[in-house]
Amino acid sequence: MAETATNRGPGRLLIAVYLLFAIAASARAGVQIATKLAEAPVAYLLSGVAAVIYIVAAVGLARAGTGGRRTALVCCLVEFFGVLGVGTLSLVEPHLFPEATVWSEFGSGYGYIPLVLPVLGLAWLWHSRPTPP
Amino acid sequence: MSSPVPTGSPIDGFLAVATIVASLLLAVWALVAALRHRPPDRVQFVGLAVVEVGLLALTVLALVALAGGERPGEPATFAGYLVTLVCLPPLAAVLARMEPTRWGSAIVCAVCLTTPVVVVRLQQTWEFVGG
Repeated sequence: MAETATNRGPGRLLIAVYLLFAIAASARAGVQIATKLAEAPVAYLLSGVAAVIYIVAAVGLARAGTGGRRTALVCCLVEFFGVLGVGTLSLVEPHLFPEATVWSEFGSGYGYIPLVLPVLGLAWLWHSRPTPP
Repeated sequence: MSSPVPTGSPIDGFLAVATIVASLLLAVWALVAALRHRPPDRVQFVGLAVVEVGLLALTVLALVALAGGERPGEPATFAGYLVTLVCLPPLAAVLARMEPTRWGSAIVCAVCLTTPVVVVRLQQTWEFVGG
C-alpha cells in the first residue's frame, strides 16, 4: 500500500477548512430554515444541502481509505458543479435566489473559497491517489 | 428604554479590536512558520489561548448586555455565530496538536484568518435592526 492517506499533512489543513465551512454553513442554514424558510425556500434549502455536503466531505477526507476517498470525490464534484451552476444561475436568473446562498455568485460572499475548495479537494485526492504496486 | 452603552453594541470597541488584531498577528506568525516548514510552536498555542480569552470576554459582555435587557438584531444568528466563534481557537489547537508539521501551522493560520471575519459578522448580527 503505497497510498498517501488523505488525512495527513496538507489533507489535515483541507479537513480544517472543510470543517470551518461545515460549521458556518450548517449554523447559518439551520437558523434560516428554522426561522424563515417560507421567504426563500430554494435558497435556504440549497444552503442546507451545501452544509451537509461540506460535512460529508470533511468526514470522507478524515476517514481516508477507499470508501472515504470515494465519498470525498463525490462531494468535491457535487460542490464544484454546484458552485458553478448556482453561481451562473444566480447571475442569470437572480429572482431564483432572493437571498444569498453559500454558492451564489460563485461564493463571492465567502471570498470565493467555495469555488476554490472543491478544486483543492480534487487536487489533493489526485495527489494522494493510490499508486499501483 | 435608553441603552446604557453609548456605542449601541456590547461587542464593539477596544476588546473586539484587540481580539481581531491578536488573531491577525497570530495568523501572520503561523503563516511564517508554515512557510519555514516549522510545526506549531509554543507561541501559536499561547496565542490561540489569548485569542480564546478575548472571545470569552466578548461573550461575557454580550451575556451581560442580554441580561440587561438589550437584544441583538438577529438573536438566533447572533447566538449561532457566538457559539461558533468560541469553538474556533480550541478546534485549531486540537488539529494543530494532531498535525505536528508545517501543515499544523497552516491550520492555525487559516483559523486565525477566519476568527476576525466571524467577529465582524457577529457585530453585524447585533446591529441589524428590523427585518
